[in-house]
Amino acid sequence: MALEFLKSIVFELNDEEYALPVDLVGAIERVMPITRIPGVPPFVKGVLNLRGVVTPVIDLRERFSFERQEETEATRIIIIQHDEKDVGLIVDACYDVIDIPNDTIEPAPETIGTVKIDYINGVAKYDERLLILLNINEILSTDVLNEFYEMK
Amino acid sequence: MEMSEYLDVFIEESKEHIQALNDHLLTLEKNPEDVSIVNEIFRSAHTLKGMSATMGFQDLADLTHKMENVLDAIRNHKVKLNEAMLDVIFKAVDALEAMVLDIIDGGEGKKDVKGLVNQLEAMEKGENVEAASSLVSTEVTNKSVNTDVTLDEFELTVLQQSAEGGFNNYQVTVTLQETTLLKAARVYMVFEILEKLGEVIKSTPSVPELEEEKFDYSFTVVLVTKDSAEDVSAKINKVSEIDTVEVEELKIQAYDRDETTSVSNDTKAPTEQDSSEEEQSTSTANTKKKSQLSSKTIRVNIDRLDALMNLFEELVIDRGRLEQISATLKNNELQETVEHMSRISGDLQNIILKMRMVPVDQVFNRFPRMVRQLAKDLNKDIDLQIYGAETELDRTVIDEIGDPMVHLIRNALDHGIETPSEREAKGKPSQGTLKLNAYHSGNHVFIEIADDGAGIDRERVLKKAIANGVLTLEESKSYSDQQVFQLIMASGFSTADTISDISGRGVGLDVVKNTIESLGGNITIDSKYNEGSTFVIQLPLTLSIISVMLTEVKNEKYAIPLSSIIETAIVNKKDILSAHHQPVIDFRGRVVPLVSLSDVFGVPRETEEEDFHSVVIIRQGEKMAGLIVDSFIGQQEVVLKSLGNYLTDVFAISGATILGDGQVALIVDTDALIK
Repeated sequence: MALEFLKSIVFELNDEEYALPVDLVGAIERVMPITRIPGVPPFVKGVLNLRGVVTPVIDLRERFSFERQEETEATRIIIIQHDEKDVGLIVDACYDVIDIPNDTIEPAPETIGTVKIDYINGVAKYDERLLILLNINEILSTDVLNEFYEMK
Repeated sequence: MEMSEYLDVFIEESKEHIQALNDHLLTLEKNPEDVSIVNEIFRSAHTLKGMSATMGFQDLADLTHKMENVLDAIRNHKVKLNEAMLDVIFKAVDALEAMVLDIIDGGEGKKDVKGLVNQLEAMEKGENVEAASSLVSTEVTNKSVNTDVTLDEFELTVLQQSAEGGFNNYQVTVTLQETTLLKAARVYMVFEILEKLGEVIKSTPSVPELEEEKFDYSFTVVLVTKDSAEDVSAKINKVSEIDTVEVEELKIQAYDRDETTSVSNDTKAPTEQDSSEEEQSTSTANTKKKSQLSSKTIRVNIDRLDALMNLFEELVIDRGRLEQISATLKNNELQETVEHMSRISGDLQNIILKMRMVPVDQVFNRFPRMVRQLAKDLNKDIDLQIYGAETELDRTVIDEIGDPMVHLIRNALDHGIETPSEREAKGKPSQGTLKLNAYHSGNHVFIEIADDGAGIDRERVLKKAIANGVLTLEESKSYSDQQVFQLIMASGFSTADTISDISGRGVGLDVVKNTIESLGGNITIDSKYNEGSTFVIQLPLTLSIISVMLTEVKNEKYAIPLSSIIETAIVNKKDILSAHHQPVIDFRGRVVPLVSLSDVFGVPRETEEEDFHSVVIIRQGEKMAGLIVDSFIGQQEVVLKSLGNYLTDVFAISGATILGDGQVALIVDTDALIK
């Protein structure tokens, strides 16, 4: 039986493993100097120079309201290219690309940790690992930004 | 044959021809008896017909064909041209344009034009087209067009320059003896002499036609030379079989620039044809001639120019980096090389920017038609005057500026200029004037739209603003005229008592203002009640590379556009006064509020306060403010980059740029800091 796979990039955040479809990923970078932007939500760390393109960077930990953690050797910035937007995501570590068989993907459980359910497309069990599949549209949704501006 | 590769060329040229048609029709409207203009129109229409037939756009070809028939009838004096006919021809041109637009959008250029075709056919037969009979039809009279030399803008410039350079411009008419057998050979000999004497700017008929002996016995050339008229005449007379040589001095002033219309017209050649067969051959001759004349320009796809610009931007960033490295290394040879490279890339930048420049004429050229139509719809008599159409602007600005200008012109025609009777009652000439003027000044281009109409009624604007709850009666008294005029550009504001098709819904001037500000420009209004209003649009020459003052606030770098900086100053702390809890300074006799960039941008701050502040004085319109920074780094040319689609509307930040060390610096939107 031919299996359908979801080719995904797997990264670590707060000791859990998350996955994003690999075709969204433009590049994976080590930490580089980031220029802070004033007046934006705290999870937007600023902008960086990605080979001549000014790219905003989001700290996924803060976006998901996890506690902050200092950068380590393993910290990576995943550059996402989606919907005409180029955005970098700061993650704790980034390992590999794996093929997740579609039939192992289950809908998201009601609650999982402190991550709001909107960000999650589903959960996959793969070789005893639990992978949380993220919904990129929700993560990059500008609604959060607009809410923040309105509160100001 | 694969057509798609020719489609782009077809579209470009069709647009040019349609523009030429419009231009010439407008000229024709002013001089209805000038057959030479009819010929120009005919030529454009004919080329358009040929092109569209080749490309398989049958409807386009058919309509042009009908138009051509009418034009042919007009120039052969079978029918008299009148106002109503012109209207129909204008409509036909509109239909042609719609078809071409359809083709651009990937359609087949089909359109139902039966009504128009019928009207055109009726016209061709000399029937009156539901005539607005009150309008006097003007008889087309034959002028001696043979010797009439029309010059286009390019040729005029050449002549002007040569006149300034001490050369003589002559119009030389050479008549061969009627017995001449080898006319072409004689022409060749004459031309050989002429070219030794100086330069032939233009010949009527064109050179290829002369070579094919397509002329009677005389031809006229425009010659630029250092020799005197007598010498020229004498030297040409040495060729045998020449009957007469007339050499007249050519006065450039005699040619009104307006009449020569846009550069895009391809009408450098002769003025009289009789049969359409001959027309065919001349139009090929035309193309030949055109390619000779335009051999110094090539068409380049705009994408390539954009790509070039992008690459250059990368280079500017690297240049910055090199400058920095050489400054730290302090190696003489390296420094010299880098300096040289900087100069070269500066020149390169100028050239690349210039390549992207297009004359505002590209925007202006559609206005004569629009004004004509609107004036008709509104029953107003309007004289449109255009100045400075050759002023150049970056293409990206040109693309954006059209709509706001259309809006302002509509406004001026609808609300500004009064009806003829109203104007007479006010003691003004019944014909209103609308002036468009474009000019360069510093790093900016200014476009003025001035009308001599009713002007802005201060009281009415204020009444409306009070009614809308924008301000109170008390406040209104202290408002300056400028402030009042700015009110009409607030959103949802319209003083028009009646909403017309053309304007008055109150969704307009605010959009105009926003568009212009998003281009980095601004708009000011000057108006005198009952005397007219002037809207001045100020635009940057280019959008992608700007000069900034780089400043440092703690560890962060901010770039402030030079265009909004008046000057920089060091201010002693004790000179800072407080006005209603707002720190201010006395700057050259004016009270200027101070804004601390580190407060606005929430820069993490250490507590130590210095005695002296570095202040950048910025300006927006009449208002000023001082921005406190920690230190000035210096002036720099930077490439403006957007923050991307994710971060929009960041307060007081208009974009970012990449510095020499690869770091990103934010560009301050000074307008947001001045309230």
